Amino acid sequence: MDFKNRDVISIKDFSKEEINYILNYTKKMVPYAKGEKHTDILREKILSSLFFEPSTRTRLSFESAMNRLGGRVIGFADPSATSQKKGESLADTIRMADSYADAIVIRHPQEGAARLSTEFAESPVLNAGDGAGQHPTQCLLDLFTIITERKKIKGNKIVLLGDLKYGRTVHSLAYALSLLGAELTFVSPESLKMPKEVINECKEFGVEPSSISNLERAVKDADVLYVTRIQKERFPDAEEYNRVVGMYKVDIDLLKHAKEDLIIMHPLPRVVEIDPEVDKTPYALYFKQAFNGVPVRMALLSLILGGKKL
Amino acid sequence: MKKLKITPIKNGTVIDHITPGFAVKVLHVLKIPESTSSVVSVAINVKSRIGKKDIVKVENRELDTKEVDKIALIAPKATINIIRDFEVVEKHKVQLPDEIVGIVKCSNPTCISNAKEPVKSRFLLVSDDPPSIKCYYCERETEDIAERII
Ligand SMILES: Nc1ncnc2c1ncn2[C@@H]1O[C@H](COP(=O)(O)OP(=O)(O)O)[C@@H](O)[C@H]1O
Ligand SMILES: [Mg+2]
Ligand SMILES: [Zn+2]
Repeated sequence: MDFKNRDVISIKDFSKEEINYILNYTKKMVPYAKGEKHTDILREKILSSLFFEPSTRTRLSFESAMNRLGGRVIGFADPSATSQKKGESLADTIRMADSYADAIVIRHPQEGAARLSTEFAESPVLNAGDGAGQHPTQCLLDLFTIITERKKIKGNKIVLLGDLKYGRTVHSLAYALSLLGAELTFVSPESLKMPKEVINECKEFGVEPSSISNLERAVKDADVLYVTRIQKERFPDAEEYNRVVGMYKVDIDLLKHAKEDLIIMHPLPRVVEIDPEVDKTPYALYFKQAFNGVPVRMALLSLILGGKKL
Repeated sequence: MKKLKITPIKNGTVIDHITPGFAVKVLHVLKIPESTSSVVSVAINVKSRIGKKDIVKVENRELDTKEVDKIALIAPKATINIIRDFEVVEKHKVQLPDEIVGIVKCSNPTCISNAKEPVKSRFLLVSDDPPSIKCYYCERETEDIAERII
């Protein structure tokens, strides 16, 4: 399988076999990501990291990943300091970054920005989130987290909870989980339901996701509970927001109904949807999940930049 | 003699089998009357063997493919008939290409294709009839295609 110079824009650009290959290779990266082993397979490579929108985890883990492989990172974390402010087009910024580096990572507030970038760059482009669009490396790290804990994706009962309508991560995750044969249950407030197109995509892979509103019932036989943030702005008034947040809060009480080996995931930042009390329980996997961003991005960078196989 | 509901034309294009009620939108797509000084006649809700249809008749103008593609977005069952010397010399059913470039504006206001970037709008065909297209950039399906023709 050849990934050299491939763009990483949407998880849908990858076949099942390719996703499995990346996830397998990610396993090899873990001790390097932890700093237990050392390598410089990307010693001569430069990554251009263009964050037109603030990000903590994604940006830091990309930088960490590149550094752990012996490569270098240039770029910006704050668009206010760039020439975009002066009205430069994204296309021109990309052309420039392309000539300064061997690969480009881009986070941008507008959907399609990463796809557009590929038209103006010779070097491979990695999408680190485009508005409410795609975030393929988040999707891969979520898959990797489930695999490390549950051995495989297939057959696992996975509950996606929260804002399933606007949530950036849940759409591609639902797609990828269906592709890999998980059983899906969607739990969300009525106004934030999973869009029909996403449900139809799941069905194309023979997955019949169930949608229920009662969280307790959904959690009962779940293997994975994937929680997402519900944003205040989505609601007409504070009262309605508070009601919904209360209904879908993950706390110790709820977990009395859960299987012993349930894992709870969250793309972070977490606000009120998971009670901090849960952090201490063996269910809480979200911090480990955040760490997994490093080995996943290491695997991708090294495959795409043609680093020596580890 | 054939019985014609609208008067015959010598040369031009007849767009037949337009979804009833969509003739005016077809005119908009073809930028009629702004783009032409030809005589154009419109028939709305004409009875045909298979229910109703609209017809547009443009004199002295043979439509090119790009214009035909645009029509397919709003009237997927339409046929284009080229008339020369009162006879139908060419007839084809409109057909959407797999990729629709530079014709429709993405309905997503925050799509990068709506920003000031040096690219044309680009859509992939999801289904023919009813027409459904998905933005190549933001991956969203666009609603109200008829209103979003550039
Ligand atoms: N000379 C003409 N002037 C105007 N309209 C015409 C002329 N010839 C044919 N048409 C119209 O063009 C369409 C296609 O014509 P034709 O091929 O004869 O019929 P059909 O497609 O229904 O079998 C019909 O709506 C017909 O009325
Ligand atoms: Mg006829
Ligand atoms: Zn778009």
